[in-house]
Amino acid sequence: MPNASEFPRIETGAAEWVEVDVDGQPIQVRAGDSAAAAVLAAGLLPSRSTPVNNSPRAPYCMMGVCFECLLEIDGMENVQGCMTEVRPGMQIRRQQGARHAEPVTHDHEDRQS
Amino acid sequence: MQATHHSARTADLCLIGGGLVGLATALGLQRHGLNVTILDEADVALRASRGNFGLVWVQGKGDTLPEYAQISRLSARLWSDLACQLREDTGIDVELQQRGGLYLSLTEQEVSDREAMLFRMREAAGGDYPFERLDLKQVREFIPEAGPEVAGATWCPEDGHVNPLKLMRALTEAFLKHGGQITNSGRVESITPLAQGFKIQTPEGEWQCQKVVLSAGLGNRTLAPMVGLDAPVFPNRGQVLIAERVRPFLHYPTGHVRQTGEGTIQVGDSKEDVGFDSGTTTEVMAQIADRATRMFPILRGLRMVRAWGALRIMTADGYPLYQASEQHPGAYLVTCHSGVTLGAFHAGPLADWIATDQTDLPLEVFNAQRF
Repeated sequence: MPNASEFPRIETGAAEWVEVDVDGQPIQVRAGDSAAAAVLAAGLLPSRSTPVNNSPRAPYCMMGVCFECLLEIDGMENVQGCMTEVRPGMQIRRQQGARHAEPVTHDHEDRQS
Repeated sequence: MQATHHSARTADLCLIGGGLVGLATALGLQRHGLNVTILDEADVALRASRGNFGLVWVQGKGDTLPEYAQISRLSARLWSDLACQLREDTGIDVELQQRGGLYLSLTEQEVSDREAMLFRMREAAGGDYPFERLDLKQVREFIPEAGPEVAGATWCPEDGHVNPLKLMRALTEAFLKHGGQITNSGRVESITPLAQGFKIQTPEGEWQCQKVVLSAGLGNRTLAPMVGLDAPVFPNRGQVLIAERVRPFLHYPTGHVRQTGEGTIQVGDSKEDVGFDSGTTTEVMAQIADRATRMFPILRGLRMVRAWGALRIMTADGYPLYQASEQHPGAYLVTCHSGVTLGAFHAGPLADWIATDQTDLPLEVFNAQRF
């Protein structure tokens, strides 16, 4: 797990580890975590840019209200990361500006490791 | 400000109603050197100007009244100057785009009916009325995302759109910058014609002015008789859906769906006679969404983020009311349901008419005696 994150985990009990992919990095998170928590754990900040001004944003309220944690999750854009539970192998990416109207594919991109 | 014998505040001219119609007219009147005040009701007002769709639309407008087609097209031609002036005055880009617009239909019959209507309008305009009928293949040259259920469209190169909220903001700032005053003093209680000018009573005090313009939308119905005019206007509700911002794909406005400069998708065009209820209903929103997603299947995956209802200011024939009071000279009625399209007309020739009492335009066809 990269140490760039300023959000150290507080151990609150036993839970399984789950690996997700955050912008090409394998990140270990706990089952039951949200995708927004995975992004914070990975230090992937800013996690999105706004549609009009491209200004940087990161997860904020973590309870489904502020929409600052919008992410691309498994090819679906503008998904509220804090309301989405991680699944093994989930592909999480930054939301860059406005979403596309059609589903996105990344087949043409090189995967980072 | 002139001294008066009592506490009334004064202006050369007061407009009652500070929506798009009142503001645009007021801006034009300021160009004549007039000291102009807008008496706007308050946030409880019906506010059609906050709920509209934002089209600067020409095609089909005035199919039974050539003069209405004439002023709509005149306004469309004047629009780029207004947008430039607003940008110079306020720095606000109202996102005016006039590269043409499409009215899509899901049935061949509707395309044919619209084509026939536009042919009649072309004849009435002496041949000068640009439009084309498009089949689906031609529609897709403009908008590749048009769905397979689209039967065709009518296209008019003079159509366009703006961002109506930015327009509202820009008009307000420009008016204030030119020395105008806007009060939110509640609903006007009375207008009393004086030997010279008018006295206007609001819940927060009294105003005196030489001329008064009624630009209060549906409120004109009660105000007009106070100055010897008649304003037979009634509400017609439109509901609007807003989808999340997406990257630009709709590069031309359509009669039902448009994309703003910032990516927002706006979907609308419902018409309901439901009195003064400006709410929304699931049934109508579902109809609007169904039609829009059949026209553009790409919208199916988008999230709706807002919806609202707003009340159009309609007359029995759908055309505006522009009228000077004969009984009380100096009082004018200005109301319509197309405050965006006609904005540049109101800020230009219509304001000139009110300021000078002269015009070359056939405004007499818009008086209330036609009903």
